[in-house]
Amino acid sequence: MPSPVTRSDAATHLGAPARVSAHGWGWRHAGRRAWAVRGLDVTIEPGERVLLLGPSGSGKSTLLAGLAGVLGGADEGETSGALRIDGEAPGAARGRVGLVLQDPESHAVMARVGDDVAFGPENLGVPRDEIWARVASSLDAVGLAVGHEHSTSALSGGQKQRLALAGVLAMRPGVLLLDEPTANLDPEGAREVRNAVAEVLDRTRATLLVVEHRVELWHELVDRVLVLGADGALLADGAPDRILDERGAELAAGGVWVPGHEPRITRRPDADDDSVVLSTAGLQVARERGRPLPWSLDTAFAAGDTVALVGPNGVGKSTLALTLAGLVPPATGELRVSPGLAAGLEAAPHRWRSRELLTRLGMVFQAPEHQFVATTVRDELAVGPRSLGVPAEEVDARVGELLERLGLAALAGANPFTLSGGQKRRLSVGTALATRPRVLILDEPTFGQDALSWASLVDLIDEVRASGRLIIAASHDEHFVREAATTELRLALAEETS
Amino acid sequence: MSTALAPAPAFVATAPLDRINPVARLLAALLLAAVLVMSIDPVSAGVALLLEVPLVFASGLGWRGFWARTWPVWLAAPFAGLTVALYGRAGGEVLVEWALIRVSEGSLHLALATVLRVLAIALPGVVLFARVDPTDLADGLAQVLRLPSRFVLGALAAFRLFGVLRDDWRALELARRARGIADRGRVRRFAGMAFALLVLSIRRGSTLATAMEARGFGGDTPRTWARESRFGVGGWLLLAAATLVAAIAVTVAVVTGAWTFIVR
Repeated sequence: MPSPVTRSDAATHLGAPARVSAHGWGWRHAGRRAWAVRGLDVTIEPGERVLLLGPSGSGKSTLLAGLAGVLGGADEGETSGALRIDGEAPGAARGRVGLVLQDPESHAVMARVGDDVAFGPENLGVPRDEIWARVASSLDAVGLAVGHEHSTSALSGGQKQRLALAGVLAMRPGVLLLDEPTANLDPEGAREVRNAVAEVLDRTRATLLVVEHRVELWHELVDRVLVLGADGALLADGAPDRILDERGAELAAGGVWVPGHEPRITRRPDADDDSVVLSTAGLQVARERGRPLPWSLDTAFAAGDTVALVGPNGVGKSTLALTLAGLVPPATGELRVSPGLAAGLEAAPHRWRSRELLTRLGMVFQAPEHQFVATTVRDELAVGPRSLGVPAEEVDARVGELLERLGLAALAGANPFTLSGGQKRRLSVGTALATRPRVLILDEPTFGQDALSWASLVDLIDEVRASGRLIIAASHDEHFVREAATTELRLALAEETS
Repeated sequence: MSTALAPAPAFVATAPLDRINPVARLLAALLLAAVLVMSIDPVSAGVALLLEVPLVFASGLGWRGFWARTWPVWLAAPFAGLTVALYGRAGGEVLVEWALIRVSEGSLHLALATVLRVLAIALPGVVLFARVDPTDLADGLAQVLRLPSRFVLGALAAFRLFGVLRDDWRALELARRARGIADRGRVRRFAGMAFALLVLSIRRGSTLATAMEARGFGGDTPRTWARESRFGVGGWLLLAAATLVAAIAVTVAVVTGAWTFIVR
């Protein structure tokens, strides 16, 4: 590696937009046979704004990590060719490159907002007075007016991502790399972050490289689109409108989310049974015992419906889902199940035994990792049916069918923890389906899916609904709500809910 | 959207002790402990304990906070004393004798000394550290004590992950209930959850490391510090006070002839 930039070099480059280039670049993760990215040749001029598209596993994140100089050394993987930031190796250009990752939780290093923004400049050896000037201007640029002493963990999802943006901005980078910065956010939070990025670019003229599934959100902001193929090679390169017009159908067929070519499903006719299976009266839910959230719910859920729980980050969708699933007790009020669903048990599901939940209330958690208990994908799907005492051939049949439907057959022997985010999500949905619960509660079921796996997953969910079951899904995915939901339940941060 | 959230300051300094550098607080607690472990007599510990009372008022803990933080100490001290009273080295008149238990004047004297000593060492430690902000401590360790910044900031970042781990554990518990396997096999389930937590924490740790590295952490450039950590007059005053308390306690013990070196 070339020697690090000297101080004077860094000073002359301060904040100027950077030129980003790849010269036959490739990367293969240690222990993998296939290259994540291969033979990439591309130059991005200073100040260009580029949207990077491609199906899952096409190496988009790998490219960003490589440009940020955080891919690791030879023991992490094998590299070929070269990446350059203004002609220098990425590792040598620390601070020239600002990387924002997908998960808002992963960014905050410090407990206070001010300290967190100061962290980057501190590492670059910026003098103290200038650090605080940069902290103030960066927070101002992203519109985060909460005060330096504000706790970083008390921010909303959108605020956390804007804080992350301020954190890299304070390093005065010449290029911003955003890796799905809005994937975990509600639509409002996503727009907040996009607008903050637009403001930052207007002020700094920095080069932008953003990876994002929500093309329509970034479409107006970028002036060039790059598409990576499933094999990690460059598939298309050009102006956004031209690429999306000319290659839209082809890209969509490859799993890319393209406006106007979103996957559709054919909703099945409603089931005959539309009796009420779950109802709530004055139900309040609580994340912590004794501290109910400031809204209550009076509603009824019927079989054959897909109910979308929507609302901003932090409103309590996940907590409501856990309560409806009989995993946490209601704070106040009542959650009642129909006699048909209870089938001999009492009406309060949080008092049921763990095994009694299986055929009645299935729950898919927000983070799939939390619910994996087996060492292979196949066993993971078999855990529930086995616990119910389902005969072995029947278990095999159910597992086999789910593996096919979820596109996981080739991974049946893999450890669940080694799957990609989208695969983990599908597996966790499968684990709940395997016990055929009358009610299926899903927390962000479509998270991390490319357009192809999205379509097959949502189609499967609709099939389950049409068989007379109740689906309740907390979701930020507006497309999912449009395509799959029969009812929308919007939670708001006010007293009442609609 | 941001207006819906009330300001949530990470920490507000209100008490006199809050303004004193955490490193000074650490050194003061260590100094008291180092002197008090040298002897095992009721006098030096009792005197020190008495002189430490103002510390509680300077700490800003309040009574409720004080008891909430120190109750394990109040529980541990009598237990330690009881053990010494029952099994400690006998001396003087034997009062009760039953099987291995032998309560004598000597063991009672030793028990009293033990209770006072546990209190005199542990209480200031807890009180001095109850309201230390981890970030301030890290600033102090790196700037005042010149510990390596990589180590200090790495530890600080890891410390912040503890809260996340607690949430993870709860989610793992709920998820096992949802998977239908929470009715029996408690030990095996616990082992499985512990393993899952390990995997999750390693993953979170490496993501955080990447995020820190992406912000220039661990580079060759000498690091600057946005917030200056100064030992200050307050720090020296606290150290002087701790020295004085230790000196008075030792002097009184020696003069009254109570001082007993723990190692002869």
